[in-house]
Amino acid sequence: MNCTEFLANLTDYFDASTAEALREELKQHMEGCNHCTVTLNTTRQTIEIYRNEELFELPEPIRQKLHHAVLSKCAEKLKRRKAAQP
Amino acid sequence: MGITATPEENAIHPDLALIERVKAGDLAAFEQLMRQYDRQIFRIALHITQNREDAEDIVQDTFFKAFQKLEQFQGNSKFYTWLVRIAVNESLMRLRKRKAQRTVSMDEDIQTEEGSIPRDFADWMPNPEQNYNQAELRAILRKTIQGLPPGFRTVFALRDIDGLSTEETAQALNLSVPAVKSRLLRARLQLRERLSRYFRVPTGEQA
Repeated sequence: MNCTEFLANLTDYFDASTAEALREELKQHMEGCNHCTVTLNTTRQTIEIYRNEELFELPEPIRQKLHHAVLSKCAEKLKRRKAAQP
Repeated sequence: MGITATPEENAIHPDLALIERVKAGDLAAFEQLMRQYDRQIFRIALHITQNREDAEDIVQDTFFKAFQKLEQFQGNSKFYTWLVRIAVNESLMRLRKRKAQRTVSMDEDIQTEEGSIPRDFADWMPNPEQNYNQAELRAILRKTIQGLPPGFRTVFALRDIDGLSTEETAQALNLSVPAVKSRLLRARLQLRERLSRYFRVPTGEQA
């Protein structure tokens, strides 16, 4: 396996479903290639950092405002539906 | 989860019971569904549009649309995936409106090699995020992901931040599985490359 092939399979490496044989090949390549090892480790860290940080919070007052708006539209819709029934 | 749900997953997904109640006119059940998923929908909308007001509107529109179309929900995908699909469509529509001149599409292949080939091979500091306070770190992460094309950051947000499977992401975005994989790889590599500027071991300290 060369670096280009390693890169092409990098996304699969993080998937638990990836076949053991492929995982082994990727590991073997990393043993002799520092660049690919760094790429894999820092890519993993990239994913973890993004996953751990809540970047966009929805504050409770806004949530409530949105729920209220949606529910009143839904209630209106239900009313009209009922009125349309014979 | 694949396209075909396993019997266990099909058995009693709590959402399905709530959906039945909503169909019978129970709005409290619908409020419960909103409480369950509104934060994720907001996050996805904000990742795509990069605009808070739009994202709030999209949350409203997505849930109201879901309510109106609930009869069409067949239960052969997860309710959440179905919801995400509505939210993604709403978000793309808003994005198109804002950038009237530029076409924004999820299925158009993005022809940029920028960042697809790693160039920065410096190792990162141990726990690099601890070198920044939370506000600084979040600002860096936001700025970095904002620089990606919408099609890339959406795949990254759904797959890596939201934790959808590759198949679910493909379903929600109406893309093929290979297209999702290729975008995900490029999104991850581009983010990694850009974050490297902040997180790499300072020159001179490398072994």
